[in-house]
Amino acid sequence: MLSVRDLTGYYGESHILHGVEFQIAEGEVVTLIGRNGVGKTTTLRAILGLLDRQEGSIRLQGEEILGLRTDRIARKGIGYVPEDRGIFASLTVEENLLLPPVVKPGGLTTEEVYGLFPRLKERRKSQGTKLSGGEQQMLSIARILRTGARLLLMDEPTEGLAPVIVQQIGSIIAELKRKGFTILLVEQNFHFASGVADRHYVMEDGKVVDMIPNDRLEAEREKLQQYLGV
Amino acid sequence: MIQDLLGIPPQALFGQLLLGLINGSFYALLSLGLAVIFGMLHVINFAHGALYMVGAFVAWLLMIHLGIGYWPALLIAPLVVAAFGVLIERTMLVRIAKMDPLYGLLLTFGLALVIEGVFRHFYGVSGQPYPPPPSLQGGTNLGFMFLPTYRAWVVVASLVVCLGTWYAIERTKLGSYLRAATEKPQLVQAMGINVPALVTLTFAAAVALAGFAGVLAAPMYQVNPLMGSNLIIVVFAVVVIGGMGSILGAVITGFGLGIVEGLTKVFYPEAANIVIFVVMAIVLLVKPQGLFGKA
Ligand SMILES: Nc1ncnc2c1ncn2[C@@H]1O[C@H](COP(=O)(O)OP(=O)(O)O)[C@@H](O)[C@H]1O
Ligand SMILES: [Mg+2]
Repeated sequence: MLSVRDLTGYYGESHILHGVEFQIAEGEVVTLIGRNGVGKTTTLRAILGLLDRQEGSIRLQGEEILGLRTDRIARKGIGYVPEDRGIFASLTVEENLLLPPVVKPGGLTTEEVYGLFPRLKERRKSQGTKLSGGEQQMLSIARILRTGARLLLMDEPTEGLAPVIVQQIGSIIAELKRKGFTILLVEQNFHFASGVADRHYVMEDGKVVDMIPNDRLEAEREKLQQYLGV
Repeated sequence: MIQDLLGIPPQALFGQLLLGLINGSFYALLSLGLAVIFGMLHVINFAHGALYMVGAFVAWLLMIHLGIGYWPALLIAPLVVAAFGVLIERTMLVRIAKMDPLYGLLLTFGLALVIEGVFRHFYGVSGQPYPPPPSLQGGTNLGFMFLPTYRAWVVVASLVVCLGTWYAIERTKLGSYLRAATEKPQLVQAMGINVPALVTLTFAAAVALAGFAGVLAAPMYQVNPLMGSNLIIVVFAVVVIGGMGSILGAVITGFGLGIVEGLTKVFYPEAANIVIFVVMAIVLLVKPQGLFGKA
């Protein structure tokens, strides 16, 4: 589905990514884990062509997308849940939900999305940023399910949320996996990540330094704790 | 009954109120466009007054050279100004998009001087008359005042266009793209929307409003190369008072200040030319982000 090779990325003059490599197969849920500031968010932004400069190769279903303009990349079928959730204050909940254009056939209908997130339907007339943090996170995920995007990039969807909400988001991700979505998940919450993901890529200093299948987690626990500095 | 309201003859009072509404119509149309441009491009468009003047000149040139009258001009002139806007945005503004807003201000200020200079060179500074269309000539005696048809039309046309613009921005799908891209352009582009094209379209539409205002103004004021620079200074004050943040705020402030100016002419004529700037100073002291601005 997605294959990233020798990816370098820059913000202005600062060189942030130093040859990131990883692959995701169709239908997989894969995490990028690593300490703060190692370049996880930057990697997601590079996939979408949002850095000042990026080089290397990013293939989506075999097609090179590095170098395309950001909106063209999105139209290849990539949905993005940004770290700050990206809810628009000048739009209602419903306008936020309907904002991303449908880019491929086969997305969920608005009714199906409301079925998954009944709370958003109740609050659809409210201003987007009047929602609670958890609801905003739900909205940020919900709005990319309509578009027909099959690859979802989620940047720390559980950050700063109460355990009960984290659990809900976990079951939503499991549900999306059942529906066949491919998900690249940036996570710091290791416990959460182990509950939803097939594999984990570990990042350090702008590089992927290791890959751990989910069923090897227990065995590699010590190594991982070193990577994460916990 | 209303013979002698506060010692002011009603003719004078309502006459000035109407004049205030007319000025307000232009303030609203122009400050609306400025607010939209600032929101999306972070450019303080100093060329806005010059483009208003271009709108009036296009109408006049269409009439002189092609015999095309007012009603078609009301559509054609804004489109010509919009096309000019596309050219300005694509060739110049796009290059300074990521720089300090000061560059945009300097660029558009220079552009205004160039545009006005070109028109002065070819047409001089004396005004060119432009007759109102026959269907809008004459007027109605309302009893307490005489209402010229063309002036009533200007107020109505401006109100309709302002509210239409508000509706387009606040209540339509395209408007939701515009509002969203004003907040977080990168994220909107990452949803698959061609934001650079949206920016161009926004600029074109906003300067088309200025062109439209220029055509509305042509039959009332003489068409001359400096008509925009006289108006734009006041319009900037209106924008400062209203705040950049809100569409409806720009419209309400525009009409409101027109009326305030008109009433000042009745009650204290000496202050009429400066009242808007006094209001601006007070607003800046009390609420620096403007009456409708977000902090
Ligand atoms: N807009 C930016 N401009 C310059 N440097 C940035 C910018 N955003 C992030 N960085 C830097 O890039 C590095 C990686 O950041 P990021 O990808 O956000 O890390 P992570 O998501 O893994 O916590 C950090 O050192 C950060 O300071
Ligand atoms: Mg991050």
